Amino acid sequence: MSEQRIIPARNWGQWVIAILLIAIVGFLLAMVIMSRHITWSAIPQYLFDETILEGIKLTILFTVLSMLISIVAGGVLAMMRLSPNAIVSGFASLYIWFFRGTPLLVQIIFWFNIQLFIPSIDIGSIHFDTNSIITAFVAALLALSLNEAAYMAEIMRGGLMAVDSGQQEAAKALGYAPTQAMLRIIFPQALRVIIPPIGNQTISMLKTTSLVSVVAAQDLLTRAQNIYAKNFLIIELLIVASIWYLVMTTVASSLQYVIERRLGRSTSDAPMAWRAALRLLRAEGSNG
Amino acid sequence: MTQQPAFTDGSGVMVEALDVRKSFGAHEVLKGINLTIRKGEVVCLLGPSGSGKSTFLRCINHLERMSGGRILVDGHLIGYNERHGLLYEMSGKELARQRQDIGMVFQRFNLFAHHDVLTNISQAPMLIRGQSREQAFARARELLKLVDLEGREDAYPYQLSGGQQQRVAIARALAMNPKLMLFDEPTSALDPELVGEVLAVMRKLAADGMTMLVVTHELAFAREVADRVIFMDQGVVVEEGPAQQVIDSPQHERTKTFLRRMH
Repeated sequence: MSEQRIIPARNWGQWVIAILLIAIVGFLLAMVIMSRHITWSAIPQYLFDETILEGIKLTILFTVLSMLISIVAGGVLAMMRLSPNAIVSGFASLYIWFFRGTPLLVQIIFWFNIQLFIPSIDIGSIHFDTNSIITAFVAALLALSLNEAAYMAEIMRGGLMAVDSGQQEAAKALGYAPTQAMLRIIFPQALRVIIPPIGNQTISMLKTTSLVSVVAAQDLLTRAQNIYAKNFLIIELLIVASIWYLVMTTVASSLQYVIERRLGRSTSDAPMAWRAALRLLRAEGSNG
Repeated sequence: MTQQPAFTDGSGVMVEALDVRKSFGAHEVLKGINLTIRKGEVVCLLGPSGSGKSTFLRCINHLERMSGGRILVDGHLIGYNERHGLLYEMSGKELARQRQDIGMVFQRFNLFAHHDVLTNISQAPMLIRGQSREQAFARARELLKLVDLEGREDAYPYQLSGGQQQRVAIARALAMNPKLMLFDEPTSALDPELVGEVLAVMRKLAADGMTMLVVTHELAFAREVADRVIFMDQGVVVEEGPAQQVIDSPQHERTKTFLRRMH
């Protein structure tokens, strides 16, 4: 048999689009690079500026804290929503409706200005000035956490409902108490459904924290703004901030990829991850 | 409370059902079921689908809340505490305590998908009965031998066939040392060639003297293994008696029609 040469079909339309794209992107890049109004040297100068690095720390702190708080609060809200008691589940629905239905930016400004209608808190003889408790940091953290909790509640509810009802019945029939069934049987299986969207929310939160700059909460964007308010290098500092946001989201995305790979997205991989995790827990338990 | 349990002395009675009723909305599924199961007895519940067999079975461990009547298992009222002539439904913890002694096998196996076979069988004894890990694992291995699955302790449910999963589910229920085993159509979700291996395990259990209530469509199994057969239709017990008698020479027209269709 002689070898037959095969010439693949050429898709000329795709080539035309590709060349057009290169031309457009090249033109835009050239326009930016050749602009005489951008002080390029300012970017490396401010990239590792101490103020900027402090801002990054705070942005990460906001992200981690608000995610942790919202995971706990969201878990509680999700269970409340699934409660048979109409008032308990109604409260959770109302919470989710309210915090998802109003803009986060409004919520941030609201918490920052709360002393306008609650100037002080008095519990018995103890007296607090609202202003001294609700600092820009606390207001920002409260707003981010309470808002995120509403989304987290829906993610967790979806996860809990994705677990086959037969699992709960089997646990009940064996004599697991309700809490035991939830912690040992239902929740671990819900986790597989819950973890990927939590990863997405975390990545999104890294960028969402920039909204707290409206109350000058000293995150990365606030710091960049503070600097360009003095030296007017607006675009340069926004580029610096963007570079760092890109670095953070890229790192977070790769972390998410690793975690999801470990946990396994398919049924077939999941148990392996659980076994590994359990072994780790047991090893730690026996050490401690 | 006009009706009194027939065997209040607990002499060899495992399950006592008195006028058990259950409605889903306006639809009455159980219209007053009365029956008694003695210790060590194997009873098969037969009947067309929708006759209320499974619902009744699920009332025995209070997975289903009854609308009326009462069920006693080994002399204990199931699901309720009786005080001053009133029935107070038990808390989740109290129910859990009662269910520990009643094993249940489901149509769809319901093995814990995130646990391997060994954990599926040994978790409840460790968590609930407080057994040591060595004790629970040893017992689990013993039970795996009984259900003919030696050496499969590391497998996950998705790696097992339906028949194997159901046998693990039986072992899981037995690990709690129940005094009564409930089977809810244990072979209905299986491929025909896998039914035999599950029935073989159930036969062994019956021979060992386990008290069993089995909802099934396997007439041959019922005739061979059951001490007694109860035929239900439209929420009532139509006929009951020794297995061979009911299956081979049914008295009631509805039983006859049903059995004709099954053969």
